[in-house]
Amino acid sequence: MEKTIAGKSVAVNEEGYMTDLSQWSPEIANELAKESNLELSPRHFEVLEYLQTQYKNEVPLTIRRVGASGVVDIKEFYALFPAGPLKISSKIAGIPKPASCI
Amino acid sequence: MKRLLILGAGTAGTMMANHLNKELDRHLWEIDIIDEREEHYYQPGYLFLPFDIYEPEDIIKPIKKFIPNSVNLINDKIDKIIPEENLVKMANGDQLHYDLLIIATGNDIAPEEIQGMKGSEWQKSVFDFYTFEGALALRNKLREWEGGNLVVHITEMPIKCPVAPLEFTFLSDSYFKDKKMREKVNITYVTPLSGAFTKPKATATLEHLLVEKNIHIESDFAIESVDNENKKIIDYGGREIPFDLLVTVPTNKGSEVIARSGMGDELNYVPTHKATLQSKKHQNIFVIGDATDVPASKAGSVAHFEAEILTENILRYIAGEPLKEEFDGHANCFVETGGGKALLIDFNYTHEPVEGTFPFPGIGPLRLLQESRMNHMSKLAFRWIYWNMLLKGTHIPFISTTMQEEGKHF
Ligand SMILES: Cc1cc2nc3c(=O)[nH]c(=O)nc-3n(C[C@H](O)[C@H](O)[C@H](O)COP(=O)(O)OP(=O)(O)OC[C@H]3O[C@@H](n4cnc5c(N)ncnc54)[C@H](O)[C@@H]3O)c2cc1C
Repeated sequence: MEKTIAGKSVAVNEEGYMTDLSQWSPEIANELAKESNLELSPRHFEVLEYLQTQYKNEVPLTIRRVGASGVVDIKEFYALFPAGPLKISSKIAGIPKPASCI
Repeated sequence: MKRLLILGAGTAGTMMANHLNKELDRHLWEIDIIDEREEHYYQPGYLFLPFDIYEPEDIIKPIKKFIPNSVNLINDKIDKIIPEENLVKMANGDQLHYDLLIIATGNDIAPEEIQGMKGSEWQKSVFDFYTFEGALALRNKLREWEGGNLVVHITEMPIKCPVAPLEFTFLSDSYFKDKKMREKVNITYVTPLSGAFTKPKATATLEHLLVEKNIHIESDFAIESVDNENKKIIDYGGREIPFDLLVTVPTNKGSEVIARSGMGDELNYVPTHKATLQSKKHQNIFVIGDATDVPASKAGSVAHFEAEILTENILRYIAGEPLKEEFDGHANCFVETGGGKALLIDFNYTHEPVEGTFPFPGIGPLRLLQESRMNHMSKLAFRWIYWNMLLKGTHIPFISTTMQEEGKHF
């Protein structure tokens, strides 16, 4: 599926997760954040960058790993992206919904 | 003589001992298997023990009974593996050299990971059923419990047998109905996932069953602590859920041996090639069952499928041939839904559980993702199959190692 975000046409799946990280930009992130009623700060972007790096290195993401990363602890992760932090942050970072589970 | 050493004589290790005893040239290879326990526990039975459906003697048998005579069983605690030197160090100081190593040390609960979980209410109003001791203590509690808020809770994924907490929930609904006290019990199912299960189609079916049984679900709950004094669980977002009886599945972690050996990830799982089951770091080490980090369910049925492929790969490795990249994550689980019924799910790395028939396409007799008595009878029969076929490495008729796509409604 295609969706227009911040004036650009980007590829997304049924749940609205981007399917091509190369199309991602900070402007798109800001737009996606608004859909979750979030206003992104530089701190948010540090976390997003960490998630993208992990994704590129094919490291599966879990809340525990993010919490142990040294970038952000679990408490702050929840404060930055309330409710389902991993799902919401992944969506804004332009990476697939984490398959944390089997 | 060369030595093949198996660490852990649980489900996976025992199956490998039986397979390799038949397949390896015993003039060239000695096989040793180590476990600190003398008893083999049938873990799927932990689900039934709390409800007085099984007795302890149904689920405990001597390990010895399942290890072939020509395999050397060592009853001791493993301290650590030193992969650079092909050595295993025992807690009593002994050292064992190996040519080939199979790690099958499983996983265990780690309630100490969550603040307050193993606190003053542990085994008073906070229980687990993932250990024999926990399931037994919970049975005694349930026998005398008079009702209130029952909270069934998963701490974090991955856990072994990811459907077990849901099955526990369904069975408790039946149990309290049978005891004519269902109206005195509120049942809440609390999960860190966004829904009842990990795969979308099965989630829809299972959530429907929760509603039907009047079970409330709280999803996306990431526990931070257990408040023993006020009897509630609290998540990182500040959400609180009160309980009178908390049945939790604590964090699951691989064996401490793996941590002591510096061979695991942050949950002590060994990085393992997901199609061949060879360790990613050491060519002469293979990993099977709950000890691996492969993205398949941690279940006995999975270990069974893995064992068939791993046996072949060990033979190939010894012969210097390329390994077969065949393991597809195949899992096959019966899900108890209470009232004498169960559903059956069959899936792998790429295909989620769907409706259909099993094991014969279009015929069955078992129906996938639909409740039936036949599935429930099969779940109970699984105990017999486990003791008499699975552990001995007997191929189960009609059930293929890799998942079959025919007869399923994708
Ligand atoms: C409640 C519950 C319900 C389940 N239901 C099902 C089901 O319906 N179907 C299904 O297929 N699966 C089910 N399972 C999962 C199944 O039991 C496990 O996936 C399976 O037993 C894994 O086998 P394993 O050999 O990897 O580990 P285990 O069988 O746990 O064996 C590991 C062995 O290693 C030994 N060990 C570990 N560390 C050391 C050490 N330092 N020194 C010496 N020995 C050591 C342990 O003593 C143990 O014997 C269930 C599990 C639970 C808890």
